[in-house]
Amino acid sequence: MDTQNEYQVDLGNLMAFDPFHHFTSIPSAREELVAECLSNGTELVQAIVSGVFNLPSTEDIDGPLVKLPPPTTKLPREKPLPKPKPPTRWEQFAKAKGIRNRKKDKVVWDEQTGTWKRRYGYDRVNDDADVPIIEAKMTDEPGVDPFAKRVAEKKERVQKNQKNQLQNLKTAAKAGALPSHVQLAATALPITGTQAAKKKFTKDELGNVAGLASTATASGGKFDKKLRGEKPVKNQGKHRKFLPVVEGSGIGSQEKEQTDRVLSKLISSNSHEILNVDKAVTMYNVNKERKRRNQYGKPSSTRKEQGKSSSTRNEQGKSSSTPSKLKPNNKPMKAKSFPNKGKGSFSKKGKGSFSKKGKA
Amino acid sequence: MLKVKTPKYGRVKRELEKREPKLVELAKKTLILQGTKTSNVLNTVLSEIYHLKRDNAIRYTRKNDSIRPFESGGETSLEFFSLKTDCSIFVYGSTSKKRPDNLVIGRTYDHHIYDLIEVGVENFKRMDSFTYDKKLAPQAGSKPFIVFSGEAFESVDELKHLKEVLLELLRGEVVDNLNLAGLGRVYVCTAISSNRVFLTHCAMRLKKSGTIVPRIELVEIGPSMDFVVRRHRLPNESLRKEAMKTAKDKLHKKIKNVSKDALQGKLGKIYVPDQKVGEMPLPNKAKGVKRERREAKVKNSNNERASKKQKEDS
Repeated sequence: MDTQNEYQVDLGNLMAFDPFHHFTSIPSAREELVAECLSNGTELVQAIVSGVFNLPSTEDIDGPLVKLPPPTTKLPREKPLPKPKPPTRWEQFAKAKGIRNRKKDKVVWDEQTGTWKRRYGYDRVNDDADVPIIEAKMTDEPGVDPFAKRVAEKKERVQKNQKNQLQNLKTAAKAGALPSHVQLAATALPITGTQAAKKKFTKDELGNVAGLASTATASGGKFDKKLRGEKPVKNQGKHRKFLPVVEGSGIGSQEKEQTDRVLSKLISSNSHEILNVDKAVTMYNVNKERKRRNQYGKPSSTRKEQGKSSSTRNEQGKSSSTPSKLKPNNKPMKAKSFPNKGKGSFSKKGKGSFSKKGKA
Repeated sequence: MLKVKTPKYGRVKRELEKREPKLVELAKKTLILQGTKTSNVLNTVLSEIYHLKRDNAIRYTRKNDSIRPFESGGETSLEFFSLKTDCSIFVYGSTSKKRPDNLVIGRTYDHHIYDLIEVGVENFKRMDSFTYDKKLAPQAGSKPFIVFSGEAFESVDELKHLKEVLLELLRGEVVDNLNLAGLGRVYVCTAISSNRVFLTHCAMRLKKSGTIVPRIELVEIGPSMDFVVRRHRLPNESLRKEAMKTAKDKLHKKIKNVSKDALQGKLGKIYVPDQKVGEMPLPNKAKGVKRERREAKVKNSNNERASKKQKEDS
């Protein structure tokens, strides 16, 4: 068949290609063009079909089955070729020592109970957890719990194995042959031994931060677009509320109560230092003076004295209790009317205080 | 420190294992998507391509404004979709004043764009517009025949490229066993001129011819269209070399000295080395010698004992 020879047939893809076909003149009408294409196509299909039907076939319920040869047209791959997995440390060791892997039965005869039990897993044979009593030996250290020791040893062995597994995975990752379902993720890098691993944020903490961020707008997040599946903020911060300052009943009195509460709190917190001894003494003295004054009539300081010791008077400390200081310019006109009375005593006192001050 | 992260559920693990690189790959999946603007024609083209490839394709119907396959930076989201859906062929439709009814067909390698070819769709006839005997309608997912004709497919670079891409897009799964009763559809591609390809989809009518090979008649069932080649980008040569690697070269390692026979089954040849009898050392356990010694020993010991006893006695 010379026609089949000039076609390139790829039975694996059920594809045929006629590299010599060309139109002598391209027909103007679409129908003619299509008809010519189809007639040419029919020949090509015939070539493939004759190839396929001549292949050895086996009968099946659904129809004759034919084994297709592999495709000859080379097409690119979808993903790179998988790389071979490097041998693990154990595999290397086993190869060097000639250790062969032998299949073991899943179940083992347990002589203690007289039953078949699993080799590993739940309800396994020779389970340490089933041993209620560990007999003491001469070599045992006193004060060591053998059960706790056994658990700790087991834990250590597990950890060691995990470390080895990680090492093998690392070498596999280096060779680019990490299993597709395994990811090696870097956690915090301990540069020195003292550094603690970075704390991972919990879900709640993240939620709180997200809530804060979402309300950090002028409207407090009121008019913001909500994300899909976003939950309302759980612990929304308190907003300041201002009560009316005008006094009244109900809500009007609340403001006063609030400030009173704050005040009393402040005062009570400082109650241990509420007694200022100096002040108390002064007050006592003042009261005493006032009483005496009431008895004797109206006390006053003279104008003369005022002028004389105007500079000193300001410097008189609180310790000296002078009525002139406590009641300055109190009814000056009246003070004028009793010049003689207070002159001697007051001037004397003023002098005394002055000298005292000088001494100090 | 490194932490090992593994999927929590077996289902996820299985899904990841399905996607890992394999020695012998399965059929490539096709992603069908569109740009911001598509014409009516193009929408139908895309949906009908999807319909024809339904068993192994994913159709995205949203507008994609960031996809411009030929421009740098315009392929990022396409590559992301390829990774996400695990598709390695994509068909991207868009229309513009400069390039009306534009179809970009491309392939990816390792979820990066491998090659691209851009064609314009003209003279499109949709599936519904064809009338034919519905008994001929091919079964969904059946393996199609693909037929290319025209010297331009070999001489013109663009069409050579288009041929390869179309073959990959249309061929479906590579199968070992084929049911001859299930055959029934053909894609006919004909190069009309150096940049124009006529593509149509036909059903097959098998007629008796007196031999085991039936006589074929083609019935057009659509869709049919003209592809006008616009731009194309061939793969990088080094990338091409890498992508063309197959496992088969490595798979068939010849096993020596083992053959198979229909009657006797598996047969092995064993080469026995010469027995060098002359050089073989004799075992050191000659029984005769041993017995002699044993007896001699016993004799000697008896004599000694006797003599000692005698001494004691005396």
